Amino acid sequence: MSFIEAEKNWYPEGVSRCGLGKFLGWLTILAAVLAFGVVAALFIFIFGIGVTGMDNYFGFGLWITFDLAVIALGAGAFFTGLLRYIIRIDELKDIINLAVIIGFICYSGAMLILTMDIGQPVRAWFGYWHPNVHSMLTEVIFCITCYLTVLIIEVVPLIFEQKQLNKIPLLHHIAHNFHVVMPLFAGLGAFLSTFHQGSLGGMYGVLFARPYAFREGFFIWPWTFFLFVLSAIASGPCMTVLVCALMEKMTGRQLTTYRVKSLMAKIGGTMLLIYMVMKYLDTWAWITNLLPKAGLTFDQMFYGMIYGKWLMFLELVVCILVPVIFLLVPALRRRPAFMYWACILNCLGIIINRYVFTVQTIAFPVMPFDSWMTYAPNWAEWATTCMILAYGGIIMSLAYRYLPLFPQEVRLNK
Amino acid sequence: MSAAHQEFATKWGLVIDIDKCTGCGACMVACQTENNIAPEQDASNKLRTLTWMNVYELKNGKEFPQAEVAFLPRPCMQCGNPSCVPVCPVVATDKNEDGGIVSQIYPRCIGCRYCMAACPYHSRYFGWFDPVWPEGMEKTITPFTSTRPRGVVEKCHFCHHRWNQAKDAARIAGKDPNNLPDGAYKPACVEVCPTGAMAFGDLKNPKHKVYELSRSKYAFRLLERLGTDPQVYYMTKRDWVRRQGDNYLPNEKA
Repeated sequence: MSFIEAEKNWYPEGVSRCGLGKFLGWLTILAAVLAFGVVAALFIFIFGIGVTGMDNYFGFGLWITFDLAVIALGAGAFFTGLLRYIIRIDELKDIINLAVIIGFICYSGAMLILTMDIGQPVRAWFGYWHPNVHSMLTEVIFCITCYLTVLIIEVVPLIFEQKQLNKIPLLHHIAHNFHVVMPLFAGLGAFLSTFHQGSLGGMYGVLFARPYAFREGFFIWPWTFFLFVLSAIASGPCMTVLVCALMEKMTGRQLTTYRVKSLMAKIGGTMLLIYMVMKYLDTWAWITNLLPKAGLTFDQMFYGMIYGKWLMFLELVVCILVPVIFLLVPALRRRPAFMYWACILNCLGIIINRYVFTVQTIAFPVMPFDSWMTYAPNWAEWATTCMILAYGGIIMSLAYRYLPLFPQEVRLNK
Repeated sequence: MSAAHQEFATKWGLVIDIDKCTGCGACMVACQTENNIAPEQDASNKLRTLTWMNVYELKNGKEFPQAEVAFLPRPCMQCGNPSCVPVCPVVATDKNEDGGIVSQIYPRCIGCRYCMAACPYHSRYFGWFDPVWPEGMEKTITPFTSTRPRGVVEKCHFCHHRWNQAKDAARIAGKDPNNLPDGAYKPACVEVCPTGAMAFGDLKNPKHKVYELSRSKYAFRLLERLGTDPQVYYMTKRDWVRRQGDNYLPNEKA
């Protein structure tokens, strides 16, 4: 049997895939992007992060924005897991595998970026050895690594269910037993992920000397803790829907029913509505209470085009209010154009939110005699960021080709 | 705004008279040489420099002949309620009983730069590149201060090593190292200032000059209302300078 024929035996039962040559061609494109990113990463490791576009004003830049954004967009994994295994919404079983893979890609990708982003990568373990219990970042470090471990545990049975691997009795039994205990890990994942999503928000909310981000709050948590959790669970399911739709478009095959995607979108929309109420209240309190206390006005928070008010309008109205309407009015959600656009806007809104909290927060000149500074990521940051996207694309492509990701695929494509 | 204020028996503080400062930059140079800050490969890029002490130029925004300029030297504020300390994930930076000086443990720092994001004074600096001393210049490195590798955050620590030296000198002289006389311990910037614009001492010790100066009606601190409670005080009789010391709204009195 030729290799091309043998490779077909690795496909999930009853499905068809594109030719090996076409698939390898696609992988080559992704690998080229990945390789360029690896070169940039080597530059960074050898010469230090002085090769990036960051400076003394912008210690946080594209990488942190990217990390925060992908971790929020990857929240579909833990939230869908919670709904599927703990709340018992059985319909989500048809998309949970995809959500878990997206979550794994997002979290592992963020960790890869972090290895470059810290100035002393070999000291990364200090976060566990010398933890500062007052630092929100410590909580992020602990929860994010524990949750990545949970995600790996959730992905393992999916890999072992691959047609050929599953023939090996040991792997078959491991996969089976992992499935039995999956509600435990779903619960654990939801707990860990809630806390680190919140802590990522808390990281900014506790910057009491940075009026753009600082928020008062509840007990030890600033409001941003809860806002980040809510925005993540609002965007995560929508991101899963978008990836699913993109894969359907690229493969020309229907992978899940519109009903499942619509349910996910409805869940995302409901969470977005709750987030919207909280976010609007938070913004109002920030404008009328926190800023005057710091001797500042709302208008001072914005500057020129790059840090303009349009960004806030885009985030709070176009990317929150509009998708809430599109996702929660059944007649609109039933129409694919409205649903997909709502999902795109929802995800875009969260990316803008993470961007302004990262960059605009530190661009704002707190000292009156200081000035607004601008930041633009350079090739090294873009290349490594694209490297992670290519990494995600490769993982997703391999997972789709060889793993039983979509239980409905065979039936829907008969 | 935050209530994590810490108070210790000795509180080293700096009082800078802005009306005396000429902006000569001697304090910046003294700081660089005293603390083994390597010369920059590209010193034209001011956003990548390691200037623990930085002199800002302040303007009143008026046209000639009303135009006025003031210079504001900015070391680390050694905040009583530091924004940088609680955020550090690895306790590389700490506010402790060492005269209330905010410390920075370079071998502990992982280079996450969260402290830089937290500090509104931009007084924390990241080592973007490996420090390189041109041949022969390595002889200027002082043994009293550590050198830092790239990838860690550095900052002013009121030349803490000079305090240790002053304490040792007091012990040798049979005096109390915890009750140093005024002037026994001075950071390099204070020592070198040609106009005497800087005074340094224990803000809690009435025998020290800074005790009175910091209580002067002309004294103020940068961004007081944020609640960082700095141990660096500024003095000026000029109202417009004070207005630039904190974010005063147009109708507020400085």
